[in-house]
Amino acid sequence: MDRKSQLVQGLLFGIVFGFLLQKGGATRYEVIIGQLLLEDFTVVKIMLSAVLTGMIGVHLMKRLGWVRLSPKSGSWSQNVIGGLIFGAGFALLGYCPGTIAGAIGNGFLDALAGGLTGILIGSGLFAGLYPRLRDGILKKGYYGDVTLPRLLKVGDWTVIVPLSTLLALTLFLLERAGI
Amino acid sequence: MDWLTAWSWSPYAAGVGIGVLSWLTLYFSGHPLGCSTSFARTAGMIEKLFRGREVEEKLFYREIPPVVDWQWMLVVGMVLGAFLSALLSGDFRLQWVPPRWEAAFGGDRLTRIVAAVAGGILLGFGSRWAGGCTSGHGISGTMQLALSSWVSACCFFVGGIVTALLIF
Repeated sequence: MDRKSQLVQGLLFGIVFGFLLQKGGATRYEVIIGQLLLEDFTVVKIMLSAVLTGMIGVHLMKRLGWVRLSPKSGSWSQNVIGGLIFGAGFALLGYCPGTIAGAIGNGFLDALAGGLTGILIGSGLFAGLYPRLRDGILKKGYYGDVTLPRLLKVGDWTVIVPLSTLLALTLFLLERAGI
Repeated sequence: MDWLTAWSWSPYAAGVGIGVLSWLTLYFSGHPLGCSTSFARTAGMIEKLFRGREVEEKLFYREIPPVVDWQWMLVVGMVLGAFLSALLSGDFRLQWVPPRWEAAFGGDRLTRIVAAVAGGILLGFGSRWAGGCTSGHGISGTMQLALSSWVSACCFFVGGIVTALLIF
């Protein structure tokens, strides 16, 4: 596909993504902080239902040979340390890189003037330090692009079926608990 | 068409919608949903404005070139989509300090902006360190069953919950 149609497709899919995030409430500071304080489970409900729906669909398409999946490569030090730093920023800012785009569209100026500036600075800082990190700490505990089925040496659906059940059960229990 | 102007949808409607959207982006564009790399590309574009072409020679930007790509346009689209949805919902408002922040830390704009910049720095740095964010790892990576994404997504929430409980 040529570059121009790729860019147009990205824009159109982004409009849908932003629309869904705003309608779901995920562009609001209150909803994100409510989730991290374990008071309001909207974010978890959106994410788990998206993962549940997405997981079944993309693996069916993979099975049919329609798409190729691209699991990200990683290491313990990369995903644990990076994940915890991300989490601290997530709570301090109250938006994440996706929902901040939505928050800007929602008119939230702390997202535009503060959060966006910060994310750009943080990304630039990492780019500067990258040569020193790449073959050092980021490679500690390297496991590459391994997936859960490959790790457990089973077929995809042997993981998907119980995992889907677990995700659905979690959502059911959240509703039962009224949170 | 009341659903278009509803103030909010069930989180399940939004979530299933995002799940279906992830099928479509993979099928039609060959890309999973993701956001944070675009901010790194943008940081490179801004650095290029000041330092010129030599920025492209930096190791990081040789791997992640500072150019507009599919995902960058996705993020631009997200701003537009959320704007459209907020307008239709009657929720569009120019707001400096979120009410919940104001209740806990007061209404001073500068304090909120300083905290937001600091949080953003950690978010930008952490997402590049981890190789993704709440969309790329948290949604697209977990649905592809990648170990890296499940580990990252758990750590996003562990770090987030601990920090939120500490500051509130």
